Amino acid sequence: MSMTSEHDPVSKLSLVGVSHHSAPIELRERVALAPAAAAELAQRLGREAVVLSTCNRTEVYLVRDEHAEELAVEALTELAGDRASELVPALYRLRDEAAALHLFRVAAGLDSLVPGEGEILGQVRAAYEAGATGPFLDRLCRQALHVGRRVRIETAIAESPASVPAAGAALAQQVFEELTDKRVLLIGAGKMSELTARNLISRGATIAAVANRTLAHAEELAARLNARPVDLDGIRAELVEADVVVASTSSAGTVVSRADVAATLALRRGRQLLLVDLAVPRDLDPAINGLEGCFLYDVDDLEAVVAETMAGRRTEAARAEKLVAAEAERFREWQASLEVVPTIASLRALVEEIRDSELARAGSRLSERERRQVESVTTQILAKLLHLPTIRMKEAAAAADGVVYADVVRHLFGLEEERRA
Amino acid sequence: MAELLVLPALLAYGEAAVAYLGELRGPGLAGRLATWGVRLGWIAQTALLVGQAVSTDGFPWGTWAGSLNLFVWLVVGAYLIWGCKPRYRLLGLAVMPVAAALLALAWAGGGTSLADGHAAGLALVIHVGLMLAGFAGLTLAAGMAALYLWQERRLKRHERGVLRVRVPPLDALDRLAARSVLASLVLLALGIGAGATSFERGDFDAAMGVTLLILAVYAALLVLRHEGRRGRRAASLNLLGFALVAIVLPLTHFAQ
Repeated sequence: MSMTSEHDPVSKLSLVGVSHHSAPIELRERVALAPAAAAELAQRLGREAVVLSTCNRTEVYLVRDEHAEELAVEALTELAGDRASELVPALYRLRDEAAALHLFRVAAGLDSLVPGEGEILGQVRAAYEAGATGPFLDRLCRQALHVGRRVRIETAIAESPASVPAAGAALAQQVFEELTDKRVLLIGAGKMSELTARNLISRGATIAAVANRTLAHAEELAARLNARPVDLDGIRAELVEADVVVASTSSAGTVVSRADVAATLALRRGRQLLLVDLAVPRDLDPAINGLEGCFLYDVDDLEAVVAETMAGRRTEAARAEKLVAAEAERFREWQASLEVVPTIASLRALVEEIRDSELARAGSRLSERERRQVESVTTQILAKLLHLPTIRMKEAAAAADGVVYADVVRHLFGLEEERRA
Repeated sequence: MAELLVLPALLAYGEAAVAYLGELRGPGLAGRLATWGVRLGWIAQTALLVGQAVSTDGFPWGTWAGSLNLFVWLVVGAYLIWGCKPRYRLLGLAVMPVAAALLALAWAGGGTSLADGHAAGLALVIHVGLMLAGFAGLTLAAGMAALYLWQERRLKRHERGVLRVRVPPLDALDRLAARSVLASLVLLALGIGAGATSFERGDFDAAMGVTLLILAVYAALLVLRHEGRRGRRAASLNLLGFALVAIVLPLTHFAQ
């Protein structure tokens, strides 16, 4: 299989796109595509195309030919409808090494609003699988996925929580080894309670009960979370069994006092209790933190933790940038080596042809055993002879001298005349 | 030549102890270097112990320094079971500086040389081996208890960087420390049983008394934990027991 595209001796990469850096959400939502529509656009655009569409970006990666970029711009402006004139200046175009570097940064989460967020890697994978890929974009996308995984393994960029609900869930994992058998009590049925509950569920916890002043609201959320609704009077009984308490009511006073929790300690038999108070004014008595085995975090505490971890993410992002740059350089070298691949292929074809014809001429004078031996020996000689020139040409290509070397080799071995003949 | 193996072992343990400090700033290269330091040091020390065993006729770890050498090897070996997991790396911060210091002490005391071994019966060899393994387990349990108290304090104080430094979860530290204590008590009981075969009336001394006291403290820890006194209290009792192991036991042993 040839490493290059059918028409062009060397495949060139183009990127046309819009992201949260260049356009507001009103514009981005115009060009946001559902997975099926993104796949359909990729198939329509040309010989090789991948469309990555998320809430933060819509980007088209394609192998450049005469009209490919213009087709991509047309498709995006068509999607923008009556706001097409606003979209055009917001579109960015990158080529070759810059485009590859951009995709690698995107896959690594370095171009995201929250550095290192994990969702983007799955979105790049989905776009790759739905795209119209050939050898070139296949290599690009596989390397992008490799970069994304490498950054997450070799740096700590994705390990820290980036929001208050996620910080609450991460703290629960700092106290309990596994959350799979842990019971969560939600006090309050608001949005923050639900977000934190979803974070805990994603880490394996079970929402045991939802307590709320208005029982109907508790019932509604409990039904969504597969939990039991209770009114505020039922909290004391639930505290005995709970491992994590998340409070977020709009109550003006304290909902759970120190005495409420202290009364349950004997029955809890030394089990730890993490309490997360997301309400302002606070629902949980701050003195609870002084009880043995109880850890109480309020919004300020959690925001401080998030701020610290975000600072950590930025430090790790600097390390990740170095990894991404090294991978982009590898891709550039591979892309540059494509310039000399046709010449290498022609040279190998020529020497193989000479060998075949000479073997054919000598064939009648050799026994079957001798013929096999000569075949084996000549194959090894040619492989050794061509090995170093092949390596040198690829190295020269990486250093931007590839075309010169390829021309010299073509001239010396008469490869152009060979082709014409 | 084999006795020179103490140098790479000491160097590697020291490197690990320093690298674990780097891991405190955040997970990464320092932690991996520390883990490799532990592994390579333990391999070098294993080779040293094999060299000692091969080159002597009797029991090569009969002296206090020789026992200390074997003890360090057991402690680091036990740590290696968990310590290589990224989440448990920081346990090395509590274990490796102690291991490096004790190995240096054993070296200074001549416990790493290839001198003649002490004549000893099989029962005594088993007794010493089991007792040292038991104390090694208690050392590891103490490391976990110390880490527990440190992490609990950080959580209670709402330290901003509480999620940046990877420490094992409190539950895991509490559970693993209890398991280490239980296993150590079994080893110590077996070791005492092996030693009792050569026990004669009038042999009872202060060191034996302290050993029984240590057994009682740790047994009490397990009973109290079973009754629900976990967490901070169990960790504190664990450290109290270890203070007996690390300070009182050697004092009574060498005072004889």
